[in-house]
Amino acid sequence: MKRTAILPARVPRLGTTAMVYLALVLLLALSAAFVAARGGNLFTTANTVDLFTRSSLLGFLAIGQTLVILCRSLDLSVGYVAALSTVVAATTMAGDPSRVLLGVGAALGLAGLIGLANGLVVTKLGVNPFIATLGAGLIIKGYLDTEFQGPAGEIPAAFQAFGYTRIGVLPVSTLIMLGVAVAAVLFLRRTRMGYHVYAVGGDAEVARLSGIRPEVPTVTAHVLCSVMAGTAGLLLAARFGTGSATVYGNGYELEAIAAVVLGGTYLLGGRGGVAGTIAGVFILATLDTVFNVLAIDPFVKDVLRGVIVIAAVAVYARGRHSRAATRVRFPSGGASPPDRGPAPEARPSPDPGGPADPDPSPRALGGRR
Amino acid sequence: MRVPRVLLAGAAGLTLMLTACTTDTPDDSPEGGNGEAGSTPDGEWFDQAEYEAQLAQREITPEGPEDQPWLQAIEPEWIDTAEFAHDAPEDATLCFSNASVSNPWRVTGFITMEQQVEALQEEGRIGDFRVSDAADDDNQQISDIQAFVDSGDCDVIIISPSTTATLTPAVETACESGVPVVVFDRGVNSDCMVTFIHPIGGYAFGADAAEFLVENLDPGSKVLALRILPGVDVLEHRWAAAQEVFGDSDLEVLGYEFTEGDGAKIKDLVSQHLQRGEVDGIWMDAGDGAVAALEAFEDAGRPYPVISGEDELSFMRKWQEEDLTAIAPVYSNFQWRTPVLAASMILAGEEVPSEWVLPQEPVRQDRLDEYLQRNEDMPSLHYAKFGGEDLPGFPEAWTER
Amino acid sequence: MTPNTGTSSALSPRSALAASFRGGTATAALLLALIFVVIATQNPSFFEGPPLMAFAKKAAPLVILAVGQYLVIVSGEFDLSVGSLVGAQVVIAARLIDGEESMTLPVIALMLVFGLVVGLVNGLVTTLLRVQSIITTLGTMLILFGAVRYWTGGAPTGALSESFRVPGRGGIEDVPFFGQVPWALVIALVVAVAAVLCMRSPFGRALVATGDNDVAAAFSGVRVWRTRTMAFIGSSLLATVAAVLIGGFAGVTAQVGEGLEFTAITAVVLGGVVLGGGRGTVVAAVLGALTVEALFTLFNQLYLPSTIQPSVQGLIIIAAVAYAARRGDLRLPERLRRRPDHPTERTLGSSRR
Repeated sequence: MKRTAILPARVPRLGTTAMVYLALVLLLALSAAFVAARGGNLFTTANTVDLFTRSSLLGFLAIGQTLVILCRSLDLSVGYVAALSTVVAATTMAGDPSRVLLGVGAALGLAGLIGLANGLVVTKLGVNPFIATLGAGLIIKGYLDTEFQGPAGEIPAAFQAFGYTRIGVLPVSTLIMLGVAVAAVLFLRRTRMGYHVYAVGGDAEVARLSGIRPEVPTVTAHVLCSVMAGTAGLLLAARFGTGSATVYGNGYELEAIAAVVLGGTYLLGGRGGVAGTIAGVFILATLDTVFNVLAIDPFVKDVLRGVIVIAAVAVYARGRHSRAATRVRFPSGGASPPDRGPAPEARPSPDPGGPADPDPSPRALGGRR
Repeated sequence: MRVPRVLLAGAAGLTLMLTACTTDTPDDSPEGGNGEAGSTPDGEWFDQAEYEAQLAQREITPEGPEDQPWLQAIEPEWIDTAEFAHDAPEDATLCFSNASVSNPWRVTGFITMEQQVEALQEEGRIGDFRVSDAADDDNQQISDIQAFVDSGDCDVIIISPSTTATLTPAVETACESGVPVVVFDRGVNSDCMVTFIHPIGGYAFGADAAEFLVENLDPGSKVLALRILPGVDVLEHRWAAAQEVFGDSDLEVLGYEFTEGDGAKIKDLVSQHLQRGEVDGIWMDAGDGAVAALEAFEDAGRPYPVISGEDELSFMRKWQEEDLTAIAPVYSNFQWRTPVLAASMILAGEEVPSEWVLPQEPVRQDRLDEYLQRNEDMPSLHYAKFGGEDLPGFPEAWTER
Repeated sequence: MTPNTGTSSALSPRSALAASFRGGTATAALLLALIFVVIATQNPSFFEGPPLMAFAKKAAPLVILAVGQYLVIVSGEFDLSVGSLVGAQVVIAARLIDGEESMTLPVIALMLVFGLVVGLVNGLVTTLLRVQSIITTLGTMLILFGAVRYWTGGAPTGALSESFRVPGRGGIEDVPFFGQVPWALVIALVVAVAAVLCMRSPFGRALVATGDNDVAAAFSGVRVWRTRTMAFIGSSLLATVAAVLIGGFAGVTAQVGEGLEFTAITAVVLGGVVLGGGRGTVVAAVLGALTVEALFTLFNQLYLPSTIQPSVQGLIIIAAVAYAARRGDLRLPERLRRRPDHPTERTLGSSRR
């Protein structure tokens, strides 16, 4: 796909991203007001550091997940890869500062290989990504349960700094996460492979017809996603000071997917981006921090999280829909962009259950993996 | 690009075959299945000295008031806390970083803790009580502890770590802040805290259960072990101790299964073991789901096994109803009172034990009726030795949780 | 509809039979047979009535969940909330019945209403608010998980009555050879047959058509939003039935229901139902569920160490789905891997917008 064909698609994408950032700002303002009303202050050093720290781990996972989702794939194995990465890093480093690089390399290398396997199973074997990565997760779980019955290895103090050092209120891990995010944005916007990611996610068949090998971006995205999960594992290991196989039980994969979707990326691929995801990550981290500051019952937290995620995505869906007339999806094989159309369909009647419901959007909802 | 489907079919078939093959070796051995693992403790989790120490602690009479086991301590080494004395304890803030309330044992304990806090607040011995709950996420708990430290509002930090090794750096950070730190339940690999409160421990739990099975079963009887999860130290210690005890006995360990505490899984696994032969005894590393295991025997029309559960009420009620041969090892739930009491003692500058080992005595047949009587109104999935009978909120706080 | 719906049962019963032995369904059937053969070599007594009935009793809830999940998946959506819903329903039952026999039927009725409401919310949020179903149901999963625990203070309270437990635990006694024929098996059979019939009804055809190509379905007069909402309601109601069976089978524990959503989806996909909708049969979903349960049984029969079981499970599932994908892929490269817009769909889509 050529640049010119893609560029128009960017403008509306910015729109969604802008909306996500607006939501983030609104949430921060609301939260600050709410906490202030309770006689607290949301922006104390402690709370700010807490917010950033929470966002860095989820950030790594969500950036990788974004790439995969843009390719119309999915990765449910990231939690397991992160857990594996903690033990591989910790056992390789074994408390020896000179082995830090070796440990990082081993953890990320192995994670990359798992991503490669995921990508190949999805593209070459034609296994649905949901099943392929769920299965990969189970395989890793079995290995971890068998080999590591408890914490293993030791992270030298030098590498623990990755988890604990901060510059002012900004933890180093958050800076690195943001750096990775910028790199991912550049990768998607400035490289040929980045365009191919959107192309394949938009329509693999059309991408193939226009000369892209659809496997390549998908496999690349899976490798990058797993490496990101491995990085998240390194961060966990640095914070734990050891490797912990049982962190896979924390539901990171679903949280990462929630962050990606909150960030406005379309779960069926081809639309969205890393910038939105970062806002999604910060939204979730802000919620967690606020819940903590307000000492909300842990079970109520789950309820609120569920409601907010659904509500946010519903709002985007509305927004996306009302702008559908100006929205251009990835152009399909040179044909006129499918989303461009007469106004009545672009702005559906309030009652989509009308007799001959011509509403196009359920199509967008269907065709899931 | 194309992978021949024969290859894939082969892969699937091969996997099945391989899994089938793995059985050959154990089948040849007299032990059978995981029984091999059952005879020798797992080195990683077995510490001979600690094991013997815990077994010995069971026999030691603890210091302290007999009717308040949560204030008793086994062989305490008292340390001075005058440096932490607070001028106005009624204004002091207690911060509690909780691993989670994700299982009934923790739910019961946390209610008891909240009631103890209210009692102490009324007495003016402590002030504000802040809680953050990490929902079993180690990284979250590290952040939670960090947030307490950074806030500078805490006069005492109480921590119930979700995992031993991984929380060590965070607890050390809390210690370095100069605020007195109280750790309870699971420990950390550090002794920087003012006091570490825990019942005797997992080895004693597992050994109590296993010894009971050894005493009450004939030599050669078959025992099935039901475990919740791998990799959790308090649970691994229970199993390591049981392996040690079973290894010295004439019982045959059929194997162990991980159940995640899910009743349906427990019942299914036990049913399958019953289909293939006798099961005379059940060893469990935690009591939730013991009733499901017993029902598998009922449904198969088999006599009840000799069973070790926990002081969880649905199991104890079943035990009484069916007149089982059973024991309820206890991981003292009343330990949840102790950290807040310790915090109030620290704020008052009183001495506390540096390692506060609480008694941990299993419920046996002779006291079964007494404990059921005491907990008559309590719901199932409540723990008999919760030790909150004298708190002001009793019994509503626990019955109407 | 589209030229490809021939692989689905909805259009013609005869093609359904043919279809059920193509692609994933055959793979699942083959795998199931293979597993049973291995079990037979390990433990020949497994096929004497009672153990088989015990297997049926344990497998019934997953079969029912798989049928429910099938309805949603074939319509092109996901339902991740069923595990939480099962857990919530069992806890609600225990708390409200609290051991009172007389409360059993009213509470079961209430559970069905609750299931219906959850399904309705899932369906309407997905269709009318246009929230992708993976997010909708992830949200309801969190909400149900948290709300029920908040309501009971974190751990289930109360107790189930004996009569509540009959469907999951009891059965028709003293049947020759089989011993006890569990009610759970009867209920699962009824559910499966009803689902098969339902899929042959106009509603079933509309459901498959919606999953295959909802624009085309809408043009041919299907009210897509209503059809999909019905699928979600079906899934939630069947999850409620499964909850009655699971609660009956093993009583109340804090962890009941956890992870069932992934097991159910795995079962459905293993049976050859395609995520993305439009392809696969009820029979396939049932076969998939039986295969997953048989796999667990096999591991146990083999004394496979507990810790390694997930690895083997993962390998077998991937291999089976890959194998099925290859078979199904011969005619339609690309289609089964993921679901790019079908040419027909695209033409329709662009022409009308």
